Amino acid sequence: MIDFRHNNVRSAGTTDTVVIGAGHAGLATSFCLNERSVDHVVLERGEVANSWRKERWDSLKLLTPNWQSRLPGFSYAGDDPGGFMSMPEVIDFIQDYADFSEAPVKTNTTVTSVSKHSDGYRVMTNNGEWQADSVVIASGACNVAVRPKAAESIPKDVKTLTPHQYRGPDQLEPGGVLVVGASATGLQLADEIQRAGHEVTIAVGEHVRMPRRYRGQDIQVWLDRTGILNECYDEVDDVVRARGLPSPQLIGSSERKLLDLNSLTDSGVRLAGRLMGVNNGVAQFSGSLGNVCALADLKMNRLLDSIDDWIMTHSVLCDGAERFASTRIDESPTLSVDLSDGSIRTIIWATGFRPDYSWLDVPVLDRKGRIRHEGGVVDAPGMYVVGLPMLRRRKSSFIHGVEDDVRDLTAHLHDFLGTELRLAG
Amino acid sequence: MSAVLKEVDNGVNVEALLGAREALTEAPEAAQFVWRATSEWKNGTHTQSSVNRFFGLGEEQSHVREYSYDTDHPEIFASEDKGSTPVEFVLVGLAGCLTAGIAAVATHRAIQLNSVKATIDAPMDIQGILGIDSDVRNGFDGITVKYQIDADASEDDIAAIVAQSQKRSAVFDIITNPTNVTVEVNK
Repeated sequence: MIDFRHNNVRSAGTTDTVVIGAGHAGLATSFCLNERSVDHVVLERGEVANSWRKERWDSLKLLTPNWQSRLPGFSYAGDDPGGFMSMPEVIDFIQDYADFSEAPVKTNTTVTSVSKHSDGYRVMTNNGEWQADSVVIASGACNVAVRPKAAESIPKDVKTLTPHQYRGPDQLEPGGVLVVGASATGLQLADEIQRAGHEVTIAVGEHVRMPRRYRGQDIQVWLDRTGILNECYDEVDDVVRARGLPSPQLIGSSERKLLDLNSLTDSGVRLAGRLMGVNNGVAQFSGSLGNVCALADLKMNRLLDSIDDWIMTHSVLCDGAERFASTRIDESPTLSVDLSDGSIRTIIWATGFRPDYSWLDVPVLDRKGRIRHEGGVVDAPGMYVVGLPMLRRRKSSFIHGVEDDVRDLTAHLHDFLGTELRLAG
Repeated sequence: MSAVLKEVDNGVNVEALLGAREALTEAPEAAQFVWRATSEWKNGTHTQSSVNRFFGLGEEQSHVREYSYDTDHPEIFASEDKGSTPVEFVLVGLAGCLTAGIAAVATHRAIQLNSVKATIDAPMDIQGILGIDSDVRNGFDGITVKYQIDADASEDDIAAIVAQSQKRSAVFDIITNPTNVTVEVNK
């Protein structure tokens, strides 16, 4: 489908605000800027929902149920609120939102640099130059798949893939697979690849264990109702830690399936500790597997305790409390695997993602390459970032979580533009 | 949580530790430490080692005094047993590190410790070190640490303290993860 409306968007010029990225966060920002009559443009390197189109594996479904798929002025209208969207459904949802909100999206426009310019910013693209008083970075949290240092020492005849390159088990050579990382990505890939007939080993570091369903409801119902998802970045003990937490071990599926390390063990996956290094072709795993599993079990139980307390305090009628079996590990888990003996043919780096700010020529990155911001207000006047984990709230990285953040930040941006105007006048 | 109201004294100055954490986040170069030991062979399998000086916070530091340790082998190895075996020292290091961590984490979480005792078992097949079987490694087959902890807290809270202590323990990391070791001679 060709959307002629988007062709009317200017390809260059001056505007109040440039929004970088037409995913759910950038489009939600655009919606709220429209509400405040802020002149703006949304620059998108590919198409609307580009990362969802190009950087997700085939079987992936959202970790959050459909009732949580909502954006400012827009929500899921289907007949399965408890279901989970497939990638084509997510793409349609976000494209529908772009059409509904009439966002001024300039597609196939890659930002090549953002720099300070007089009182505002100069945004260079492959398609012209923009000048704006403010910039909202909505280019995503998962642009680059992070690979550990050990990735440099993998023997040449072992294939390696990032989750961005992985589509499905059909693309893998026959033989063993090492999945490195035990977040939602690592567990989902280990599960599907083992089921496709490969012998899978999963390297497990610190992780977040969470049941899909608890006391008769999806876990997201309780996270939502108890207010946990609304916890603010300035209320938590250690915001750096909270922002770096791996995604919880969840999978979205029509059968509401539980996915944890025990279910992987049941289907034949071998658990190893965190991958620490590769020495002369031998992968070495940490001996801390027992402890990282114990930590995750204890933290899950603390979460369930807090849900139980809330249910009791609020006298909610629901199924009774339950506790899940502790994570089972072998008495002596594997400490090393010889990568040159042919037992492992493919390694998948499910070791997290990071944003790409290589185009950002404004000194706002810390020594670890993270953007310096206070709840999304970047450490440069008129610059904002949206759609990062725990940006302002626990829910910030979820589709539904972006609305409150964007409302706060567009209010701040609107005030900023007003102040600019007064100073200029 | 009544945590903030409880007076807890485990003898750990948590404010100082948290202050150091904050200061070193701002000045990561000051966090670069070098730990040192020196040793001298005495006789047979007996070696005397000592520690005193170390580097940290950007300058040379030292302990309040020099500490000296003897390592040797027991009499069943036809040695004179003038000290612990070196492998037992590794267990001493692990116990010291994990237990210090337990005290620090408990204090931070406002939990009073009444007693913390550990026993450590570390089986080893010495066919490795004797060169009898090259398939047997020299080191431990595994290490089991058993804590007996009496504290004013639930079982889960105590388990969480012990887990957090492992997560932040240098010696636990040194033992569970590989480290490059460089040994130079007469340089």
